[in-house]
Amino acid sequence: MATCTGCSLLCEDIEAALENGALSHVKNLCRKGHGHFQAAFTERTVPMIDGQQVDLDRAIAKAAEILRNARSPLLYGWSNSTLEAQAAGIKLAEKLGATIDDTSSFCQGILMERILSGKIPTCTLDDVRNYADTSIFWGSDPSSSHPRHLSRFSYYPRGEKRQKSYEEERTCIAVDVRKSATAKLCSNYYFRVAPGGDGEFLEAILAVLDGKIPRVGDKKKMIEFGSILKKTEWGAIFPGLGMIYSLQDKMELFERLLAKLNEITTFKVIPMVGHYNMRGFNELMREKTGFINRVSFKGGARAHGPEHSVVAAARTCDAALVIGSDPLSALPFGTARALARLPLIAIDPRRSMTTDAAKVVIPSALSGLEAGGTAARMDGVRIKFEPIIDTQLLSDEQIITRIMEAI
Amino acid sequence: MALEEPFDSRTMKRFAQAINIIDSYLSQIEVLVMVGAMEIYMLLPKTNCKKCGLPTCMAFAVGLLGREKKIDECTPLIEEKKYEAKLKKLREVMAPLENASETGLIIHPEKCFGCGNCVVACPVNVAAEPTRSAVGLGPESEKVILRVEDGVVVANNLKECRRFGPNKTLCNACTATCPSKAIEFV
Repeated sequence: MATCTGCSLLCEDIEAALENGALSHVKNLCRKGHGHFQAAFTERTVPMIDGQQVDLDRAIAKAAEILRNARSPLLYGWSNSTLEAQAAGIKLAEKLGATIDDTSSFCQGILMERILSGKIPTCTLDDVRNYADTSIFWGSDPSSSHPRHLSRFSYYPRGEKRQKSYEEERTCIAVDVRKSATAKLCSNYYFRVAPGGDGEFLEAILAVLDGKIPRVGDKKKMIEFGSILKKTEWGAIFPGLGMIYSLQDKMELFERLLAKLNEITTFKVIPMVGHYNMRGFNELMREKTGFINRVSFKGGARAHGPEHSVVAAARTCDAALVIGSDPLSALPFGTARALARLPLIAIDPRRSMTTDAAKVVIPSALSGLEAGGTAARMDGVRIKFEPIIDTQLLSDEQIITRIMEAI
Repeated sequence: MALEEPFDSRTMKRFAQAINIIDSYLSQIEVLVMVGAMEIYMLLPKTNCKKCGLPTCMAFAVGLLGREKKIDECTPLIEEKKYEAKLKKLREVMAPLENASETGLIIHPEKCFGCGNCVVACPVNVAAEPTRSAVGLGPESEKVILRVEDGVVVANNLKECRRFGPNKTLCNACTATCPSKAIEFV
């Protein structure tokens, strides 16, 4: 049994057959995971300095030299690394007095902070399977982003209290700006919002729950939505990036909705994390520093704030180490350009925009396939996995430890 | 969380327009693969000549769709020159049906997400593996009909399917739960 690290569901029931070191036949792996596993066999990186291939020891020594000479280095990425590598990374940041940030800074961070601090109630995905009778996908499309979400947890499986499952007992609701693949599955309960209109939609639901007539949107549909929410015994909301980017500073509204819903019935929230171990990094950082991301250890202090996010730090730092992420293709152009001007150190198993622009490239083993470790699923359950392919490559954790030793 | 530049209402409006355009394109792309009996009927001679052994051309169209009859059994369509264009079109629309299995199941692997919704929803799978398939895990035994292999769904043991044989029921658990219309029944 292998574990897939293609998304934050960390499916553990993968049966992989190997032949001559390559995957010949895989069972139970979704299309996304299959692509992720196959990626291990194309476009792998080699150790490089300034585009010239060198041996691994020189690349690590050069990376250590860049970080040692930098006044305020930035360590960014981490969401596609194991918990062990992240822990080593936080230690490295402390030692260097560096700024450390992960992809949640530009992703689910704003919601994750509220989840981890207990402001918004949460549960595990197994609870969702066992008890949930209403699942709401808000600004997320699990059919495309987490293909096995519906079939493993949120809609189709038969749980302890939900033996009749999707046929009779479960309702699946999609709130989105377009009719996504998931919205097609819950066609009766698809609520369309205008881009950026999630705040108004939330206010409308709050009005309906208070017994008032909503001012915006289709009044009849909103009242129908309200009555489904009220009838729910045990509900789960899965907010995606669509909702979080749309709400931005109006997250209090969502908190208010959850408080209101929990007066009537039970509602829990699990954020739809993209990268397989983003939540792990947030949990580790919270344990160590009290903040989930955007921390600067400069001068031995622990400063937190928007000025230490990757967006701002890309412009103020003078060197950057990028691991388990491809910020040059994922982040907005201005930030990507600022990052590309810096001396970059990229640790990645595969070629990406970032490794192409980097000064030093260090290849790593693909976790889940070539390297073992522990990772936190989107609901916080820690999952331990073992490698299934033997490799000479170092894991993320070993690379970070070696850089630290060299410094 | 501050995005780099907050969106103004004009950008948002453009966003909405772009989404509408994408939506309209997507709806155009989704061409129906499956033909209906009426569509087949329109491509038949419509003379009710009874040479195929059925009373009407409409009955023959239904027979074709149920794969009880073959196109060649309609002799006028084959022999007479004036139906040549219709015959060609008919063979075209009937082509996807030829790949269908005994139960009429057609899987389009190129559309499949590998999400496993059908694997978990299929009542035969649930009965065969109550501790795995039924609770969302990948099936282990060989008794199941649907399973995900190499990222796409494959069908086995079609004899167990509720649509197999003369006493079939029109179960649609796998097609109704598919987000990408990768599974169809003839």
